[in-house]
Amino acid sequence: MIEFTLNGKPTSVDVPEDMPLLWVVRDVLGMYGTKFGCGIAQCGACTLHIDGETQRSCVTPVSEAAGREITTIEGVGAKPSGKAVQDAWLNREVVQCGYCQSGQIMSAVALLEANPAPTDEDIDAGMTGNICRCGTYIRIREAIKEAAKTIEAK
Amino acid sequence: MNKHVMADLSRRKFLIASAAVGGGLMIGYVPTSLARADNDSITSLDAFIRIDRQGKVTIVSPMIEMGHGTYTSLPMLVAEELDVDMANVTVDHAPPSDALYGNPALGNVQVTGASTSVRAFYLPLRKAGAAARAMLVAAAAEKWGMAPDTLKTELGFVVDASGDRRLSYGELADAAAKIPVPADVALKDPSQFRIIGTPAKRLDVKGKVDGSAAFGIDAKVPGMKVATVAASPVFGGKLSSFNEEAVRKTPGVVDVVRLDNAVAVIGDHYWAAKTGLEAAAPVFDEGPHANVTTADVVAALVKASERTGAIAKNEGDAAKVLSAAPRKMEATYEAPFLAHATMEPMNCTVSLSDTGCDVWVGTQIPAICQQVVAKALDLPVDKVRIHNHLLGGGFGRRLEADFVLQAALVAKNLKYPVKVIWSREEDIQHDIYRPYYYDRIAAALDDEGMPVAWSHRIVGSSIFARWAPPLFKDGIDPDAIDGAADMPYAIENFRVEFVREEPPGILTGFWRGVGATHNVYVIESFIDELAAAAKKDPVEYRRALLQKNPRALHVLNRAAEISNWGKPLGPRQGRGVSVQQAFGTYMCQVAEVTVTKTGEVKVDRVFVVLDTGVVVNPDTVVAQMQSGVIFGVTAVLWGEITLDKGRVQQSNFDTYRILRIDEAPKIEVEILKSDAHPGGIGEPGTSGLAPAVLNAVYEATGVRLRKTPIDSELLREA
Repeated sequence: MIEFTLNGKPTSVDVPEDMPLLWVVRDVLGMYGTKFGCGIAQCGACTLHIDGETQRSCVTPVSEAAGREITTIEGVGAKPSGKAVQDAWLNREVVQCGYCQSGQIMSAVALLEANPAPTDEDIDAGMTGNICRCGTYIRIREAIKEAAKTIEAK
Repeated sequence: MNKHVMADLSRRKFLIASAAVGGGLMIGYVPTSLARADNDSITSLDAFIRIDRQGKVTIVSPMIEMGHGTYTSLPMLVAEELDVDMANVTVDHAPPSDALYGNPALGNVQVTGASTSVRAFYLPLRKAGAAARAMLVAAAAEKWGMAPDTLKTELGFVVDASGDRRLSYGELADAAAKIPVPADVALKDPSQFRIIGTPAKRLDVKGKVDGSAAFGIDAKVPGMKVATVAASPVFGGKLSSFNEEAVRKTPGVVDVVRLDNAVAVIGDHYWAAKTGLEAAAPVFDEGPHANVTTADVVAALVKASERTGAIAKNEGDAAKVLSAAPRKMEATYEAPFLAHATMEPMNCTVSLSDTGCDVWVGTQIPAICQQVVAKALDLPVDKVRIHNHLLGGGFGRRLEADFVLQAALVAKNLKYPVKVIWSREEDIQHDIYRPYYYDRIAAALDDEGMPVAWSHRIVGSSIFARWAPPLFKDGIDPDAIDGAADMPYAIENFRVEFVREEPPGILTGFWRGVGATHNVYVIESFIDELAAAAKKDPVEYRRALLQKNPRALHVLNRAAEISNWGKPLGPRQGRGVSVQQAFGTYMCQVAEVTVTKTGEVKVDRVFVVLDTGVVVNPDTVVAQMQSGVIFGVTAVLWGEITLDKGRVQQSNFDTYRILRIDEAPKIEVEILKSDAHPGGIGEPGTSGLAPAVLNAVYEATGVRLRKTPIDSELLREA
């Protein structure tokens, strides 16, 4: 039995220790907001937070989550930074197909938590692990800057 | 795809209305063949528009949403004429039905593709909205004993001239359902548009930022298990054997299914299925294509290019003028196989029961999926229920039913619902690829270096011959010649041919930008070569050829202005231009590139100027330009699927590289005002990009590239 906190809720699962957290979250816990894209930490679609830091859950064994706090796209809006990013995403009409956007938002929130006023270079560095096949990058950049302003104003 | 089959929906279908289940008004198009059925029959069919007793408007969208904004732009058309607030409109996925939701631009098949959504439904959906509004007005007129033409509507209400009486659409919906559908309704004059042409907020995005949106891969069915598959790595190969004992010993594995060309392992979750599949270590009889290489494919195309092709267009006598010409230029161009690499890997969930078959999937072709599954399972078509979902990218990949068929065949062996998910590797290596094209092109030139004859021979596979055989006529694939036979430049002796040559075992399919992506690349590269040979500026040279094409000339002139065309750039930097008319849209792109000393190309900035007729949602047009450009940059810089020993050599995003945020160019979009019928916007941003970049590379380095993706070795500084 592996125990962790998921979006603030104590959670325990009986699964193999090497099972990637992505599939625990999706197929065992039935939370489908976190996406499968590549399985080898190349695309960032599966990004979630462990203790506030981004993790590619497709290559993170569930054992690494033991005793820690996991946040997924379903829970990130409870944080002011998460809400600010989601709102900016909507306000800037970032989204197209939307499949990668859970991961994009999780990376953006972690970026802003670590760096409340990111430059273009900081955004590049923080977001380069997340592929968007629809090419929403220009608006992602704008939305991160907008979210940074919202957070600063509060 | 094919603009020639574009027709007015209303000629083959007419509007019919009825009471909706639970009350309210429902209105939609029914084909003439179903017209004699009484009104009640459509209550079991989903119509385009439903208005419930609370006045909530639901649009059942005939076209699917794959990110291109259809679930907003199509409701805007209805809302404009119906006179309702977009905030009061929601969208439902349509069930499978060619009869009800067929795309009039694509042979009345329920297909979302080829940048046709708004083009095909611009008038039909406005007419449906206007008819519903007229019926609501008539219902109010009846209640109040007034003449309908004395009443007006205000965002979901019918009001009388004095403003004293006012009823909501919800209050009127039941009565409106009893009003005969008007035979003809007047549509708004575009000058009265209140919604069309303004940036509407997208209706599909809220759930996409909080994790609640359901893509096909997110289907949740009670009792469902998860499977993953390995098909023969060589196309056409068959499954010989696998280690069944090892599979079944894998923790969490529930079952294993043998298909003709693949093995499927079913588990409690994807991880178990994947681990079990690795243990299966399947062995395949690789069949006749076991040694195919890309070089073989290209050699066959080169050989085929010696043949005369089917004539797509022949004006004047290009052959004669060319053979007698004192000055001429010739070139060949190559474009590689490409995978789609949608972010959501192929997946499909199937449940078989006594009542038939349920399929949960994200598809561009719901009705075709229904037919494919019915045939595979030997079921009547109406026993197959397709539950469509949002698509995690389409780009043409989800115009295919291969993975749906496969999931149905897996489910046929099981007594419980199964969700089949392809690994990314399976997705890249078992795609249905953009064709490899080899083009021969020649022009005869006058004393000024301007073309007086043009001969373009397109050599490649035919997608239509496989995908919609009736549309492959007289040796011509309408997609393969799109953007070539109807190119923007006027040349008096003009000939375009198509030579069909199928690669061994490799299926080819539609890929964003479709035919135009390849043809605009060839034509705009060659025009640039002609301009360089004539020692003329590429924009000036094009202007001279566009004097009779005002829309194309306008986008070119405007793009030259906003891009500061002619203003010097730094060393190893260049600007390149492309012009296209495709999908009913006129577009000019100007790309700025920097080429490093080692030959790496960075696309710094792209200007896009387009005339796409009447614009429905301008923000979506801008978004699609940004999207199409970035899709095109990925392809021109790196996009390539290659074969060795019959196998696709790329497998995941580490070997099939996709542009990332730090590599994305700045993109500036200008939409020209136009009263023409709406054009397509999903594809042209991609189709014009490669030649603009390649022409910019030429300007930066003097090296002319006639093959994509860019080979950096050719650009290395000496």
